[in-house]
Amino acid sequence: MNAQSNAMAESSIQSQGTTPAAVLAARAMYWSVRREIWENRSVYIAPLAAAAIFLFGFAISMLAMRRDIAGSQLGPAQQRDLLNARYELSAALIMGTALIVGIFYSLDALYGERRDRSILFWKSLPVSDLTTVLSKLTIPLVILPLLSFAISLVTQFLMLVLSSVILAGSGVNIAALWTGVSFFRVSMVLLYHLLTVHGLYYAPIYGWLLMVSAWAPRAPFIWAFLPPFVIAVVEKVALNTSHFLELLRERLVGSQGDGMASHHAPQDFTASLIPHHFFSTPGLWTGLTLAALFLFVAVRLRRYRGPI
Amino acid sequence: MIVIEARGLSKAFGATIALDGVDLRVEEGRILGIIGPNGAGKTTALNAILGLTSHQGELRVLGRDPWAERDRLMRDVCFIADVAVLPRWMRVSQALDFVAGVHPRFDRAKAEDLLTKTTIKHSSKIRHLSKGMVAQLHLALVMAIDAKLLVLDEPTLGLDILFRKQFYDSLLNDYFDRSRTILVTTHQVEELQHILTDLMFIDRGRIVLNCSMEEFESRYVEVMVHPGQIGTARALKPMNEREVFGRSILLFDRRVNKDVDKNIDRQLLAALGEVRTPSIADLFVAVVGNQSGNAQGAAQ
Repeated sequence: MNAQSNAMAESSIQSQGTTPAAVLAARAMYWSVRREIWENRSVYIAPLAAAAIFLFGFAISMLAMRRDIAGSQLGPAQQRDLLNARYELSAALIMGTALIVGIFYSLDALYGERRDRSILFWKSLPVSDLTTVLSKLTIPLVILPLLSFAISLVTQFLMLVLSSVILAGSGVNIAALWTGVSFFRVSMVLLYHLLTVHGLYYAPIYGWLLMVSAWAPRAPFIWAFLPPFVIAVVEKVALNTSHFLELLRERLVGSQGDGMASHHAPQDFTASLIPHHFFSTPGLWTGLTLAALFLFVAVRLRRYRGPI
Repeated sequence: MIVIEARGLSKAFGATIALDGVDLRVEEGRILGIIGPNGAGKTTALNAILGLTSHQGELRVLGRDPWAERDRLMRDVCFIADVAVLPRWMRVSQALDFVAGVHPRFDRAKAEDLLTKTTIKHSSKIRHLSKGMVAQLHLALVMAIDAKLLVLDEPTLGLDILFRKQFYDSLLNDYFDRSRTILVTTHQVEELQHILTDLMFIDRGRIVLNCSMEEFESRYVEVMVHPGQIGTARALKPMNEREVFGRSILLFDRRVNKDVDKNIDRQLLAALGEVRTPSIADLFVAVVGNQSGNAQGAAQ
């Protein structure tokens, strides 16, 4: 009884003046993610640059179009199709940029801190290896998709404004551009696609890259891409099949029937908007299991790794 | 309170033995200097204490296993593992923001106050700071953390003498109090002599000397022997003998026996020549130099 009350008194003393562990963990996570964005400004600069370049190209194409259609009338349906196709294209460009940024970011994330010896500083702070690895995973899995979505949304709105301004007075019915907008629908499909495909379906890819980046003694790029290449070649030579390559291709671009929206077939976007279909794909769960495994190894590796 | 306790601490990298069964006990409020030649195992020992490397043997730092609980331990332990490990891409203000964000014991106002004494600007990127300024910044960050143990591994390597002096002065005046413990390794031994409370020599993974500075001062005596007395002096079995400007300087360990009464009398030594306390560097050469001499002799 006495010992118990002593223990209770002790724990109440400890809790006084100290922040709860959950709050500390959340703060460490929040600042670690911010730190990643400070260090890797390409995370937002690259998609923004892609959007700016696309808008520039779009403005030029609209000017050319204004000249072409000066006389002939474009029907509202044609106008909508015209803009919709460009929406998809702009989104694809921004997402593609984000994907490339995510890949290179992940490859450098746990390698760069060892190369520049700053790992000694990070490890001198009360941030666990798990928090660090998860904060680095957050960038390609959450931050980049959400950022791509926001940038795409703004880009598409600017496209609408630009096309209205440029096509004004050319005889095209501008109102039809605005009233017939599938703007909202396209955005939702885009957000869904970003969160499911980029966030969940690509998770094992980013997990693999992070693991290699935690392990590689040098040249993480080669260590990340050589093993899959060798496996594919060996499989081809030994069995004359290419299941592994097909698996990778499916993971990256998607195949029909797995509920994944493909970048190149915008018409399928709506069809893919059936969550239960997506979440019942066995490939998704195999991928997530694999991702968890890669991340577990990455966390363990970071504990053992020092500067190189 | 015992801050660090190690028993049979060992670590091998392949065939190379970095730590060979080290026993260590550091109490609260000490400033322990760990001195050793390159590759003696100093950094390995510190890394084990900081949870940066795995190890064999028993090790407790503030009652925790550093390898298993590094992140938790780092709330109470700070370290500067090397010069210029601060991330080069970071701005000074970001470094302050980040440490303030993740460290529950960081006093941002104190860090800012320490920085006002330097020429470091908040908007500067760390890559644009000189090596000395990076060390100042790192020290300011570390000193603003209310930690129980501070570990410094060659914190002033490559800095000029002014920065080095400032570094240790600042550490002593603005940071150290009797409730904190500091562990420091350096090659610039002479600059540390007056700030240490304890001294440890480590060579080839083993502790070859471990004493408090009071013990150091009472136990080790250097005598610049009068030319006529050299024979008598040598008969007392000095640890080491060297010649400076034609005069023989002999270093004695007064405690030749466990029995305190059988110590070599200070008066006796005073009669042989001029008596003084040796520098840590000279004692180091006598202790570690002799050992490697013995080892070489044994190998032959």
